[in-house]
Amino acid sequence: MDEEQPEETTKAESAYWRENVRLLVTLMSIWFACSFGAGILFRDWLDQFNIGGYPLGFWFAQQGSIYIFIALIFYYVIRMRKIERKYDLDD
Amino acid sequence: MDTQTLIYIFVGGTFALYIGIALWSRAASTKEFYVAGGGVHPVVNGMATAADWMSAASFISMAGLIAFSGYDASVYLMGWTGGYVLLALLLAPYLRKFGQFTVPDFIGTRYYSKTARVVAVICLIFISFTYIAGQMRGVGIVFSRFLDVDITLGVIIGMGIVFIYAVLGGMKGITYTQVAQYCVLIFAYMVPAFFLSFMITGTPIPQIGLGSQVNDGSGMFVLQRLDAVLTDLGFQAYTSGSKSMIDVFCITLALMVGTAGLPHVIVRFFTVPKASDARKSAGWALVFIALLYTTAPAVGAFAMLNFVDDVNETQYSEVDDWFTKWEGYGLTAFQDKNGDGVMQYRPGNAFEGAPEYTGETGPSGERALANTPNPDSENEVYVDKDIMVLANPEIANLPPWVIALMAAGGLAAALSTAAGLLLVISSSVSHDLLKSTFAPGISPKQELLAARLAATAAIIVAGYLGIYPPGWVAQVVAFAFGLAAASLFPAIFMGIFSKAMNKEGAIAGMVSGLVFTFAYIAYFKLVNPAANSADNWLLGISPEGIGVIGMLINFAIAIAVSRFTASPPVEIRRLVDSIRVPRGAGDAQGH
Repeated sequence: MDEEQPEETTKAESAYWRENVRLLVTLMSIWFACSFGAGILFRDWLDQFNIGGYPLGFWFAQQGSIYIFIALIFYYVIRMRKIERKYDLDD
Repeated sequence: MDTQTLIYIFVGGTFALYIGIALWSRAASTKEFYVAGGGVHPVVNGMATAADWMSAASFISMAGLIAFSGYDASVYLMGWTGGYVLLALLLAPYLRKFGQFTVPDFIGTRYYSKTARVVAVICLIFISFTYIAGQMRGVGIVFSRFLDVDITLGVIIGMGIVFIYAVLGGMKGITYTQVAQYCVLIFAYMVPAFFLSFMITGTPIPQIGLGSQVNDGSGMFVLQRLDAVLTDLGFQAYTSGSKSMIDVFCITLALMVGTAGLPHVIVRFFTVPKASDARKSAGWALVFIALLYTTAPAVGAFAMLNFVDDVNETQYSEVDDWFTKWEGYGLTAFQDKNGDGVMQYRPGNAFEGAPEYTGETGPSGERALANTPNPDSENEVYVDKDIMVLANPEIANLPPWVIALMAAGGLAAALSTAAGLLLVISSSVSHDLLKSTFAPGISPKQELLAARLAATAAIIVAGYLGIYPPGWVAQVVAFAFGLAAASLFPAIFMGIFSKAMNKEGAIAGMVSGLVFTFAYIAYFKLVNPAANSADNWLLGISPEGIGVIGMLINFAIAIAVSRFTASPPVEIRRLVDSIRVPRGAGDAQGH
């Protein structure tokens, strides 16, 4: 995420891009936390809890992270539509 | 009606459907051939992407892989779904806004360099051919096992079907056929899964069933039972893994990034009308994929319980019919090491490699084996992992039409992926190599003809690889994901998110990522397979996961080189600005 060139983009475009990147960083952190965090790095600790008959870490690795991935994409779709309208850049 | 007749009816019926769709949706222009005219509804495209993505391996092999490796198989479940988050958030909308036809188009234009385009084409062709050989093989296997047709004839029939709809219909024909194929394959996968889940847990939904109690009054949960059964026999507990954490981490990441860098997946997002539709479409694709990917762990676990229950400590003469039927196809075998006529299923291989039958019958009636028994293991049972899906309807005593459905589903999965791969190969030849690099003067009509000829040639090569699979095919599937992760993904990502990235940096990055990953995998898989163990791996990372290091090398070299070379020209910075905003995507650009 390099230096912006003010002469090449309008104010709205730069503000739109900054807001998009901020949203991306948040969502990618959740993406990382649920799969690599809960499903791999902290799995052993999480396995002491259960969700139904699933040990929690195992559930994240084989079920939960996939559901969270879907939720992340649709949340991004909805948020971006709002952000695009706000800066009048929607397609 | 007997099972065999039902199989012919189901497979014949679905083939007629695919050909009918192909004739209805013939491509008339290069734009229709490459990107289906850029007017596919996002949900339809999502469904087609899911069929494109889920190959013969996902359909036939994945549940078995999970059944036999338990937690370790999570790398595939997370790796092959998490990549869609990267696609939807980081790549797809921007590539759609860019609005051309192929992945090398983007790399060649963004890095203002024919060299970059050709490097991308080389990566693409290598990745796609590795992948496609496996699909044609899958077609042959389904034909030979379910229709009693010779593998060669099976592959030729499969080639004929793909030829009709991929060469005539291009992306347009493929897209609508894939929608039909998705419906066939998901139905075929879910029906036995519902039955199995209901029989074992009393809950028909497999995703819930896997977390429920076994339906035998013991009050034990399915996973507890499985852990207990397997540890009793001396196996690792199902819910704990045997791979090291760093390896699990790296394989998962390599598969995710590799998925996002696979050209036949990326190109699907060029077919929707708008940039915002590309995001939506990736979301729908993941919904359709997740339906199978969240069911597979349940199918694997249930099948494993049934399998141990049916086979272990059972007299061979009294074993269920499915075991002897699949023994006839070489997918199961019994080597009676202690001569008691009872099958002991234990950790370790019963013997090295695949079963070689002597043609004689052993004392209990089993097919006698020529393989030398493995003295280090008490295991007497050989079982191919594919059986967990293929034999499921029989293991669970399901009606014959379910078996027919499995045959049609396996073929749908293999054909849909093969068609998508053929298309990216043919468009990279006709569009990137001919039109954009070596023969810019050709007319759109000639380009369309070249695309069809390239698709035909690719089908023949793929068919040949399917009939005579070189020994290395199974060994190098890791190549496809590792190379995509180490070469294409970083180049596309930096092309969007860094305006300072120039052609020198991108080319140096792609080449170094590619060479490093290629050399590492080739060394452990082909040159010196004996050394392929955790002690010799770099940082304990297996060849399957090394794409992650290749990717980091790509990023590091690209950034370093771009610091010391000329910045990209102003018009490229403008191009990046314009792909970053969704407004004005319009039509896929015609040339």
